[in-house]
Amino acid sequence: MTALDTRSVTTAGGSGGSAPGSPRTRTRTRHIRGVRAGFWVYAGLGVVLIASLFPFYWSFLIGSGDSSTINDPDMSWIPGGNFLANATTVVNDPAVNFWPALWNSIYSSALIAASVVVTSTLAGWAFSKLRFPGSKPLLVFVVATMAVPMQLGVVPLYILFADLGWTGHIGAIIIPSITSAFGVFWMTQYLRQSVPDELIEAARVDGASMIRTFWTIGVVAARPAAAMLGLFTFVTAWNNFFWPFIVLDRSNPTLPVALSLLQSNHFVDFSIVLAGVLLSTIPLLLLFVFAGKQLVSGIMQGAVKG
Amino acid sequence: MTATATRPTAPPTSRPPRAPRVISFSQRLSRWDLKVSPYLYISPFFIMFAIVGLFPIAFTAVISFMDWDLVRNSGEFIGFDQYVWILGQAHFWTALRNTFSIFLLSSVPQLIAAVFIAAMLDRNIRAKTFWRMGVLVPFVMAPVAVALIFSNMFGDNHGLVNNVITNLGMEPIPWHKDPFWSHIAIATMVNFRWTGYNTLILLAAMQAIPRDYYEAATVDGAGPFRQFFSITLPSLKPTLIFVIITATIGGLQIFDEPRMYDQFGRGGAGQQWLTITLYLYDIGWGQWNFGRAAALAWILFLIILLIGLINLLVTRRLVRDEGRR
Repeated sequence: MTALDTRSVTTAGGSGGSAPGSPRTRTRTRHIRGVRAGFWVYAGLGVVLIASLFPFYWSFLIGSGDSSTINDPDMSWIPGGNFLANATTVVNDPAVNFWPALWNSIYSSALIAASVVVTSTLAGWAFSKLRFPGSKPLLVFVVATMAVPMQLGVVPLYILFADLGWTGHIGAIIIPSITSAFGVFWMTQYLRQSVPDELIEAARVDGASMIRTFWTIGVVAARPAAAMLGLFTFVTAWNNFFWPFIVLDRSNPTLPVALSLLQSNHFVDFSIVLAGVLLSTIPLLLLFVFAGKQLVSGIMQGAVKG
Repeated sequence: MTATATRPTAPPTSRPPRAPRVISFSQRLSRWDLKVSPYLYISPFFIMFAIVGLFPIAFTAVISFMDWDLVRNSGEFIGFDQYVWILGQAHFWTALRNTFSIFLLSSVPQLIAAVFIAAMLDRNIRAKTFWRMGVLVPFVMAPVAVALIFSNMFGDNHGLVNNVITNLGMEPIPWHKDPFWSHIAIATMVNFRWTGYNTLILLAAMQAIPRDYYEAATVDGAGPFRQFFSITLPSLKPTLIFVIITATIGGLQIFDEPRMYDQFGRGGAGQQWLTITLYLYDIGWGQWNFGRAAALAWILFLIILLIGLINLLVTRRLVRDEGRR
């Protein structure tokens, strides 16, 4: 699979590559390269791991102290006992609206992820397994739209949502994200490799309708990819800042927007800011503990392509 | 383009080519199903894209030629004046310089690090999944959160980094006052969050390299370094190019990190770390001048296209070089 992935990179801008599937290349990756890795490899990876985790520890260290911790030159590397107190300050700060922000983040990200998965699976199925006039140029068009920056649309989107009276409304951040060109392209690539055409022909010969074929073959085959796409979309939506920052107001933020408010309110007391940072990251850390493995394999399988 | 998507509400009555007698209703229905379904399946994407993608892009172009009045919610055509105004601003050129500087400082070291980390992960190690998850942890943290942590560590007076530096007996670094150092600090935030992600992409590409290449090289007496530079690196080229292109598209849009680098979010007192998108936000939602913001959005898009085009040309050359290996 991975062999195909990298190859499709070169065709990404072109016709989408009809990559004659040879899933067998996969077995090659199972080979064991040489002898077991030595000390230096583990030492190097250890350094990387520490660098990855250190900022989390640092925010806990500062977030569990008080306003003077950061200015203390003999600061201890052992966390203090104020984390809960600081977290409570964050949660109770009326200017930050922590609980509404948490809820907004959860439900907008979940809705966006669900809708991206559904629309991408449908379109990916059509692009990869159904023949119809115009499919190739349309797919190229989808890929091309990935180069369009969000910034190009924000002014009219703002005017549009202001007209509708939706500024400050969470719908204003859901609607622009409910489909994804990346998702369509990814599903197309995945389904192209994972479903043999004969299977679909057989279903058609047996008289299954298109939607039935999609449901019994496409959806089943797409499930692992759909889970990864959903996860990836959820994380991206959760972390999104630019557009929510523009269109939402202080009374009804998402978590990243709430964090920016926290900073402007407490910039003199970093222990509170960093306690808030950690607090807002905990939900995604929990998600990562349970689904990080899927996220890893999703990125390794899919992100190469698009 | 969306016209094509909705077109096939084609006449279901289109007459069958021959032998109408054997065509039953269900067969006709099935044929209709075959023709229309693909368009039906792709329509949600294209309809939504038309509304939230295509329409705003076109409308941005229209607004960029206008003096937009927020109260009347309409504008007056004034030609290229907004573009001329933007290009005449010293802030714009500073922002352009900063954006490119931060982009280079983040992408180049990041890709080099990612290649080496991926090479380590590609070795025969224990607990593969653990290490892979380890490098990806920073990716789940919001850029805003990353920026807050790092701007604390890069504090001018009592930041962790300066404390370490002064303890080593060196002069503290002006992380906020000096443009270059502020770019380093912001690039570090980007690198922290994205290195692991790119590592995994490169790792996937490395695992696709046929292992016989390495076996043959070992037989020929090539050491691990020679193997890395003569086999691994050349095979990664297409993936590297892809990673570079996505890093470019994302890097030139940078907003979250510079916005959160201090509590004012205006890119520093002397625009040390003002980026294009930060400037766009300031024009649009600080000065409430939508015409100018729209013009700047188009300028940003053209810059991205230009860099993408250069990337593509270079890519073609490189891939052709690689073609007959």
